[in-house]
Amino acid sequence: MNIYIQAASAISPQQTFGESPLLIERKEYNSNRLNIVEPDYRELIDPKSIRRMSRIIRMGVGTATDCLNKAGIKSPDAIVTGTAYGCLADTGVFLTSMIEQDEEMLPPTAFIQSTHNTVGGQIALMLQCHGYNNTFVHRGFSFESALLDAMLLLQENDAINVLAGSVDEITDISHAVLTRFGFYKQLPVSNLSLFSSDSKGTIAGEGAAFFLLTSQPSAGAYAKLDALTTFYKPKDTNEIEQYILDFLASHSIQIDDIDLVITGNNGDHKRDDIYKQLKRSVFINNSLIHFKDLCGEYPTASSFALWLAAYIFKTGKVPAAIQYEGLKKDKLKRILIYNHYLGIHHSLQLVSAC
Amino acid sequence: MDNKKDQDVFVAGLGAITAIGNNVGECLASLEEGKAGMGAIRFLDTVHRQKIPVAEVKLDNEELFSRSGSSSRVSRTALLSIIAARAALDNAAIYNISSLRCGFISANTVGGMDKSEKFFAAFHSDPQKGKLRDIMLHECGTITEWVADQLGIFDYVTTISTACSSSANAIFFGARLIRHGMLDLVVAGGTDSLTKFTLNGFNTLMILDQQFCKPFDEERNGLNLGEGAGYLVLVSERVAASLELYCRLSGYCNANDAYHQTASSPDGTGSYLAMKGALARSGLQPKDIDYINLHGTGTQNNDLAEGIAIRRLFDPDFPPMSSTKSFTGHTLGASGGIEAVFSALSVRHGLIYPNLRFHTPMSELPFVPETLFHKNEPINHVMSNSFGFGGNCSSLIFSKV
Repeated sequence: MNIYIQAASAISPQQTFGESPLLIERKEYNSNRLNIVEPDYRELIDPKSIRRMSRIIRMGVGTATDCLNKAGIKSPDAIVTGTAYGCLADTGVFLTSMIEQDEEMLPPTAFIQSTHNTVGGQIALMLQCHGYNNTFVHRGFSFESALLDAMLLLQENDAINVLAGSVDEITDISHAVLTRFGFYKQLPVSNLSLFSSDSKGTIAGEGAAFFLLTSQPSAGAYAKLDALTTFYKPKDTNEIEQYILDFLASHSIQIDDIDLVITGNNGDHKRDDIYKQLKRSVFINNSLIHFKDLCGEYPTASSFALWLAAYIFKTGKVPAAIQYEGLKKDKLKRILIYNHYLGIHHSLQLVSAC
Repeated sequence: MDNKKDQDVFVAGLGAITAIGNNVGECLASLEEGKAGMGAIRFLDTVHRQKIPVAEVKLDNEELFSRSGSSSRVSRTALLSIIAARAALDNAAIYNISSLRCGFISANTVGGMDKSEKFFAAFHSDPQKGKLRDIMLHECGTITEWVADQLGIFDYVTTISTACSSSANAIFFGARLIRHGMLDLVVAGGTDSLTKFTLNGFNTLMILDQQFCKPFDEERNGLNLGEGAGYLVLVSERVAASLELYCRLSGYCNANDAYHQTASSPDGTGSYLAMKGALARSGLQPKDIDYINLHGTGTQNNDLAEGIAIRRLFDPDFPPMSSTKSFTGHTLGASGGIEAVFSALSVRHGLIYPNLRFHTPMSELPFVPETLFHKNEPINHVMSNSFGFGGNCSSLIFSKV
């Protein structure tokens, strides 16, 4: 069965949301924290509802709504969401009031909105969508798990249109805690020179991306989602190389059939070593681009890469701003996305032109 | 991802730890003796200690740690999970497990919040304070991963969080991966420990009964929070061929109420659709169901919505039904897993569990829950309901093999 990306939408630290042309130039940040470009949600969501929504709910619901509008679909058969951290801001608010008020007289709103399935539930509520609704919360696999679930639903013929996506936010608290873990670069760095920074740590990112996946595309579908796989804690780069080759072989594809590889380099010299090794081995003849200079690093950043691949097929070209080394092929038919999160969660997404 | 829709998925092992027992055998004994697990708070450090009853697992963190076989004193949620998940695998007694493609799909609602809230108390006073190791397992997925690593399961690992329906969704996502031929064996279920965060959260919603809960009673007054973990070992037909089995997972459905973030719709739309969809999947009629393990939290809202949905679907053939939350409390992300364990035992051994503390029928409903423990009943099909915040409603059906 062919699975199509009928439409895609992303809110990110770049100008990726709204009307084209998008990504004409990369937005520069001189800090280790890339927050989303906040869109005007009033065109998408009932203003009365917006006021009641926390920031991450707006991000998720706004992206989902935009995606459905682009696909021309009022309500999907199923909604599947991935979020590693869930609703961090509300979790922080409730924890803070619990401490400051010594567990007495707490307002319920933050608790209610802190639940991990809030975004998925709010989308269903807004659309009055009674169909299948699931939320995956597994770190660097959150988005991939949601995407797999969506693909299985289509293959099972239990759905024709599935809305699948992910959302994660940075908060002051999460940024402070992850900084203490040493995740981020200590000295200010421009995201535009992320890949030449050659130092420890990365830059924090956030964002939402939703996709309308369908087995019955209509005119204007962005791309085909051919395959997806994940692998957990591979032992070494050899094993990763083998996973990649096996994955392609299982879909009867040679590495030379891949016209563009999008890899998840995040500027952390230790984490990027895997990508550098692969560039010298399996990907040696492929054109490569990256994406975390655009969106920063977060557990569901691979959804931004899928948005980028879909956008490239939709517009028929790779935005000049992100062509680092020139492209070896003019006409793109197949894109492979390889991402890993913390060296633990590895995923491959194979996308092709319709 | 070959589509093997006709492949059946079987339950080959069970593991649970709850307020009524540290293993499946102890839980079953308590169910038979009518012994509830609620009581005054012993382990959770909260100002509500003397006021709100809960259903705590009767082991403190040190005792759980020593039973966990692990070398680190991690979140209680992870300790409960490893104890129940390992018990389920031991129970399945699969000798050639290393040759199988195995998955661990676990649910929880607040990850390692029991430790995070300790971290946060220190961090709140000074952002450089708080031990980082206390927040290592904050994310829901880190709990699952820690347990998967202990179990040695690496082929597929993921976490689902759909509030109180989380582990029902984990179980049937696992079953689907087997049906698609992607995995041979999945340990699926969920875990949650009591935390100040959830206790205070539910307290703000004013749905915690100050007494022991009375599900499906006209005088019901809210839920009691519980904790625990429950897992099934799901296997493919090929693996099942050489094993002693509990039952088959014959039906499942996930639907959304799309009514309110926390409240259920008055006509129980989501619950109705979930139960109806699970029946359709299994090819069964309502009259084929021999026992329903209710979601039955004991709140005004849930029991009415669930009851109305059951009336719409089952009238006039109401099977025996009960809420085992009257024993275990509401274990949130673990409840679907724990109740799936009880449902599998019901099919295997012909058991019907009592709904404790039921006195007065609900005026809106033409049926009452079962109040006595029954064994050796002719039970072929059991339905297990799990409904949650965000409108997430899921039903599972377990059938005799």
